[in-house]
Amino acid sequence: MLRLEGVSHSYEARPVLRDITLDLAEHRIGVIGANGSGKSTLARTLNGLVVPDAGRVTLGEWDTRRHARHIRRRVGFVFSDAANQIIMPTVAEDVEIGLRSRKLGRQETARRVDALLERYGLADHRDHPGHLLSGGQKQLLALASVLATEPEVLVCDEPTTLLDLANTRMVHRVVDSLEQQVVLFTHDLDLLSSFDRVLVVDDGRIAYDGRPADAVDHYVKLMDGR
Amino acid sequence: MPTTRMPGVRYRGLTARDLALIAVFAALIAVLSVSGQIAVPLSPVPITLQTLGIMLAPALLGWKRGALAVAVFLALGLAGLPLFAGGVGGLAVLAGPSAGFIVSWIPAALVIGLLTDLLTRGGRYRFWAGLGVNIVGGILVVYAVGVPWMGVAMGDGLLGLFTAMAVYLPGDLAKAVAAALIAAAVYRAYPVPPAGRPVIEEDAAATGEDA
Amino acid sequence: MNTLGLYVPGEGVLYRLTAGAKLAGLLLLCVAVIALGSPWVSAGLLAAAVLLYPAAGLPLRRVLAILRGLWPFLLAIGFFQAVFGDPSAAVRLCSQLLALVLLANAVTLTTRVGEMLDLFEHLARPLARFGVSPDRVALVLALTVRSIPMVAAAWRSAVEGYRARGLSGRPYLLVTPLIVQLFRMAEATGEALVARGIDEDGHV
Repeated sequence: MLRLEGVSHSYEARPVLRDITLDLAEHRIGVIGANGSGKSTLARTLNGLVVPDAGRVTLGEWDTRRHARHIRRRVGFVFSDAANQIIMPTVAEDVEIGLRSRKLGRQETARRVDALLERYGLADHRDHPGHLLSGGQKQLLALASVLATEPEVLVCDEPTTLLDLANTRMVHRVVDSLEQQVVLFTHDLDLLSSFDRVLVVDDGRIAYDGRPADAVDHYVKLMDGR
Repeated sequence: MPTTRMPGVRYRGLTARDLALIAVFAALIAVLSVSGQIAVPLSPVPITLQTLGIMLAPALLGWKRGALAVAVFLALGLAGLPLFAGGVGGLAVLAGPSAGFIVSWIPAALVIGLLTDLLTRGGRYRFWAGLGVNIVGGILVVYAVGVPWMGVAMGDGLLGLFTAMAVYLPGDLAKAVAAALIAAAVYRAYPVPPAGRPVIEEDAAATGEDA
Repeated sequence: MNTLGLYVPGEGVLYRLTAGAKLAGLLLLCVAVIALGSPWVSAGLLAAAVLLYPAAGLPLRRVLAILRGLWPFLLAIGFFQAVFGDPSAAVRLCSQLLALVLLANAVTLTTRVGEMLDLFEHLARPLARFGVSPDRVALVLALTVRSIPMVAAAWRSAVEGYRARGLSGRPYLLVTPLIVQLFRMAEATGEALVARGIDEDGHV
């Protein structure tokens, strides 16, 4: 289970996270908050991309400060801009590169790559350059590449912010179908209704923590007051 | 998040971000040499922005990442991607009379990078100093290798010198100015991250934690 | 890597040789013809190079394509040597230059980009002693191939933005925002490399 204990962080004396303590156990957790609320930094602390100035983030016995590599293998991360996280020239190569360190053998690797591309509807684009995919397909490729390594938890930082409605729904359907625990940072409030728990981040603190409908109400009121 | 160089801290190695910067600037050199083409009547070599990229990469990234970006660009071009001026590529460019200019780009990037690193140590990139650096690295070093090479290939040093001057010099001077203008503007617009990760001398053990 | 580049698919003699063999042969011929310095050898090599194209199954128009970029140099050498030097030097230099360019080009046309890059990576392997990891060399080459279309798209939209704002005459105003965008792109890519566990910041 992901656990944050007294996590605080600042960028050049500007505090972005203030003493956050959380246990993230539920299967589906949503996180909402305004731009600049600290949401994105909070997401990055979960897999060690950001190591907080104070406090600690742990997954079971692993600590992001000391075992970043172990944590990253268990906590997958999807960014909002898919184009920049597609690393290799072609679709299949991008899914494959994450598997390379597993030393699965050529056949097993190829089998897994094909299965993932099939599952996310990318099989026809196997040898195409990733940059030729549509925005939604790019995000699906990013998801497939991250899921190739079979993480226990998937953290998504606004995965649908740059997508149109149809693609947003497609990505959400895929995320919904995952067996893994998902921590979804998003602006799409209406897609959180089926979630187990929703957090509202404001000014580096957890302003609300509860059921989706109540959390969204709280967030809307918070924004109305600005 | 961009990080600014901290005084008194040593930086070692290359981070994943540095690899991405090397790749992106190698791609920039490729795009500048293919996209920005102006055909010159009767000249076999179109004027391109290729050498602008060669000067910009080390001026912005420093000697290590800059020279590596140039080397990566060369490797892909020599391997057969049509990335050199005029849409040519492959090993033939090394057999042609202009090969010396292409070979010289790596030492040129090293010189521009090293001098720019010295120049920006005070935290600022000054246009006139930058222009001087670009001329020393991007023109003196390049011509010191390229012109004698062309002389050998053409069988006469003077002929090589004359051809090189007529074909390349005016464009290269213009590009040295442009590179300095661009670098000065970029240094004001974006905190260029230093190469490598900070190393605290007393605490060497901490950096090796989970490697 | 599926990038074709200048490679021409085919199956002549040259296709069956490895990239390393072709590169070594090219170097050997290059050193030999320059060391011998005879107009007859140079002219003979040129004839052989021209004949190699049909023999390797490469279209002859590829030979003409090379001439297009080279003729002003050949003309300058020929004219200069004919007036100030001796005609045999003109023959030697021109045929030597043309022959080597044709041979080098034949190697490129018959070798896949990926195979040539593998050879370069192999040749760079001794650098591992100085802390250059072969995996990272391969990663940067792949990242660059992936970045070229992204940077090209960014360049096109920068040109559009520049025109839309009517900023003509000051081209550095076009490149500066493009480069700031490239820094952001690299920042995000570096973060993704770490997040995906493909390249850790730790090692040199």
